[in-house]
Amino acid sequence: MTTSAIEIRDLVVDYGTRRILDDISFDIHQGEIIVIMGGSGAGKSTLLRCVLGLKKPTSGHIHMLGTDICHAAREELYELRKKMGVAFQQGALFTSMSVAENIQLPLREHTDLDKNTIQIMTRIKLDMVNMLPYENLMPSELSGGMSKRAALARAIIMDPKILFFDEPSAGLDPITSAELDELIIMLKETLKMTIIVVTHELESAFAIADRIAILGEGKLIQIGTPEEIKNSQDDRVMDLLNRTPRENNMDKDEHLSRLTQDNR
Amino acid sequence: MKCTLHSENDYDLLELGGEIDLHYSPDLREAILASLKEGKPLLIDMADVSYIDSSGIASLVEGFQTAKSAKLAYGLLKISDPALQVLKLTRLDRVFSIFDEAEKFQAQL
Repeated sequence: MTTSAIEIRDLVVDYGTRRILDDISFDIHQGEIIVIMGGSGAGKSTLLRCVLGLKKPTSGHIHMLGTDICHAAREELYELRKKMGVAFQQGALFTSMSVAENIQLPLREHTDLDKNTIQIMTRIKLDMVNMLPYENLMPSELSGGMSKRAALARAIIMDPKILFFDEPSAGLDPITSAELDELIIMLKETLKMTIIVVTHELESAFAIADRIAILGEGKLIQIGTPEEIKNSQDDRVMDLLNRTPRENNMDKDEHLSRLTQDNR
Repeated sequence: MKCTLHSENDYDLLELGGEIDLHYSPDLREAILASLKEGKPLLIDMADVSYIDSSGIASLVEGFQTAKSAKLAYGLLKISDPALQVLKLTRLDRVFSIFDEAEKFQAQL
């Protein structure tokens, strides 16, 4: 039987009068890589913020590892976050700390591990992302790809049960991108992590995903294996996979309404 | 986590089992370093390890470095598949001396 790491039920998020997520329900299974895809404005980032407990939904529930994160006490969320790793799109490294110090931070904050253990763990993770030679550099001295890899090292330093990765391949060269994809698969297979990846990169999504969830205009259009998504007959999924420009599907009345309606 | 130390004739045998994670790795580190402090070679049986995270691996690495500095033999025995996968991920399967039988480790002493 498949066990759920995350259960999302009837999730609705409104910003003002605008509905960003509309009745989203699906499960993320333990030990799977799920890729969340969708065009800009589809609701991917909002969904991620809700699952991370950074945004309270208008209605609905999210259970992570058995905890209702929409109604959890602060202490419960704190404990839960120790089991989560997040690699943000732009890295979000602390600029006043070296690469190694950034990566060690979660261990120093949340554990009493010996400093030798922390140093070795840091170097293991830096080596995994091919960043070991750069441990003493400052974030301002890193390229975009290096920042991203350092952010991944920090996200996995505590060997989290659940890893969130926002746009892992964006802005990376094809070789680094393929290496990162391989690492994501290895993390799932060896450390049994549940991994949630938000990406626009089709090639990467199909390379790593056990399942792909496609969002469009706040709704869950389809969720399935890469094969099921490839064979989808849904126009919106096909448009996304075929990179059909959005203008082709524009509803004139809806577009006019968007430009003129009062959103305040 | 199971972590039991047996004293053999000319080496110590540390038997590990179960899950070795952030909560238990300090105990593992302490057991390894305490054994090496006695000045005997150390063989670590990992046949029953169902999960090991990087803090556990770090304890094994620190032990290896300590043994090397003290010129003591240090080996891993019968590594379970889940533990071997983590060692391969970190490329440490090429660094540690790994044995499938305790006699082979003993023969090197």
